[in-house]
Amino acid sequence: MYAERLKRHSDCAWSIEAFGPMQVPVVVFADKPLIDAMDEQVYAQAAHVAALPGVVHASYAMPDAHWGYGFPIGGVAGFDAEQGGVISAGGVGFDIACGVRALTTSLTYDDVERCKDQLATMLAHRIPAGVGSRGKLELSPDEMDDMLRSGAHWAVSRGYGTEEDLARIEENGRMAGAEPRFVSDHAKQRQKDQVGTLGSGNHYLEVQRISAIYDGAIAEAFGLRLNDVVVMIHCGSRGLGHQVATDFLPRMVKAAKSEGIELPEKELACAPIKSDLGRQYFGAMNAGINCAVANRQVLTHLVRQVFCDILPSAEVKLLYDVSHNTCKVEEHLVDGKPRKLYIHRKGATRAFGPGHPALPADLQQTGQPVLIGGTMGTSSYILAGTRTGMELSFGSCCHGAGRAMSRKQATQRWHGKDVVMHLAQKGIVIKGASLRGVAEEAPGAYKDVTAVVDATEKAGLARKVARLEPLICVKG
Amino acid sequence: MGQPHWEHYSHPADMGIRGFGQTREEAFAQAALAMTAIVTHPAKIESRKSVAIVCEEDDDEMLFWYWLSAVLYEMDTRRMLFGRFDVRGVEGGLQATAWGEEVDAARHQPAVEVKAATYADLKVERDSKGMWIAQCIVDV
Repeated sequence: MYAERLKRHSDCAWSIEAFGPMQVPVVVFADKPLIDAMDEQVYAQAAHVAALPGVVHASYAMPDAHWGYGFPIGGVAGFDAEQGGVISAGGVGFDIACGVRALTTSLTYDDVERCKDQLATMLAHRIPAGVGSRGKLELSPDEMDDMLRSGAHWAVSRGYGTEEDLARIEENGRMAGAEPRFVSDHAKQRQKDQVGTLGSGNHYLEVQRISAIYDGAIAEAFGLRLNDVVVMIHCGSRGLGHQVATDFLPRMVKAAKSEGIELPEKELACAPIKSDLGRQYFGAMNAGINCAVANRQVLTHLVRQVFCDILPSAEVKLLYDVSHNTCKVEEHLVDGKPRKLYIHRKGATRAFGPGHPALPADLQQTGQPVLIGGTMGTSSYILAGTRTGMELSFGSCCHGAGRAMSRKQATQRWHGKDVVMHLAQKGIVIKGASLRGVAEEAPGAYKDVTAVVDATEKAGLARKVARLEPLICVKG
Repeated sequence: MGQPHWEHYSHPADMGIRGFGQTREEAFAQAALAMTAIVTHPAKIESRKSVAIVCEEDDDEMLFWYWLSAVLYEMDTRRMLFGRFDVRGVEGGLQATAWGEEVDAARHQPAVEVKAATYADLKVERDSKGMWIAQCIVDV
């Protein structure tokens, strides 16, 4: 129904013109092989988003788009509050502000290779990860509210990191408009001792080697050199974010019904931005964003402590921190006119181009660093936002490889022990709490991240800067 | 009619859970076991502590979703895994008891935590033989 309506505009841009209840077209950024492999559900879900009230210009799917709930994973859409636009808990997802941060270390591959096993063991020991793990901090109710209001600023004020880190986090590490009073006691209870924990599933901490540089000038500005060692952390807002989504979904299903908004899937649950419920969710979700960046900031501190103990010459600096499950208010040019839009990115990364006012002075020339995680056996990438991307996709691009098969299929195909042994032969140390968890995350269970990143660059959404290969992977 | 049981089914990114029972409540209990089995084998969990769970909702599907969300909340905040559930239907909702113990990483080898129950593929219905089925996709 949708796939046959897909029209090719260029090698990496396709669209489905609006029909039926759709108010705007669907635009898919992917090359032909990615399109051929894309589930038809991606188009259907992007088309459902294109039918929501107040949607502007188009409903976008990034090159790594796959079947999600309500919105596709890899979906981007902007809504105008003045045109009856909505905000959707399903459009942000359960893991609010799940994201990636990259740390440069000033170390080379040779420095780390000499003590790789010791470093891996120490990281696995110090970073709380996996089911049932607790952080070192237990937050009082007042401190919880401080953390939810101030994000990474709260963490830095507690001694976790430096002022210098803050400029390298989206919104300088503090999302404005966070309203802890709209975060339920249940959500706060879940987070009480989860600050500074990695989580599980596809979340990880990796030590990586820079194996290729594609854009020398930008790489230099980002502090990336061939064979240097980088740390990447992928995790989100933990129990608090999951509970905020769980709390608001049923309320938004009811709100949509009473507003007469047709929801082909309940997970599209949404409320008008200009409604009490819409405002409450926005305040709670912003608190969730602060929770996620505070979490990654505390984890960064733990990483620095480990490097300080084992490789004291290391200078661990934050390159950048991106969140890829969010709704943010941004100004974008639509048909040549600036408009304030609520941009939902579900499994999509903000990728602001050079000159964007949200970027710090030292990234004005380069564009925003964009961090794309791979799998524990394949590459990850660092890209930079482009001016073209600002025009094409509200300054958004892909977020990762995306699964190619289910967890159940992965465990039927691979054994955790074999995966660990196979990766050891490639020089990659895996530290995972569970072998079944490792099997579920086997590199073969994911799509080819290189194909996704190449299509992202070809489409003009972001520019490739560096490729990274894993040396150590700590899984939850 | 068949015996109560549970199964997992595939979803590209996550996991589907499905409980079967001769009553709606039995299907709910079996689905909660299916959710536990994403984390660890339910047979590895000892019934050391019990937790009471109450949910209020008239709609069967929404009640099932609230039930799974409540079990997840108890798992997360108590750091517990549950290997046995007794669900009783009451007017306007359900009352249940979950038995289990605190997570023991070495013994349970937990594979992955469940973030949330979703509305995706959410169904509570009876099959042609009268067996109750309760299912949805959970986010991991």
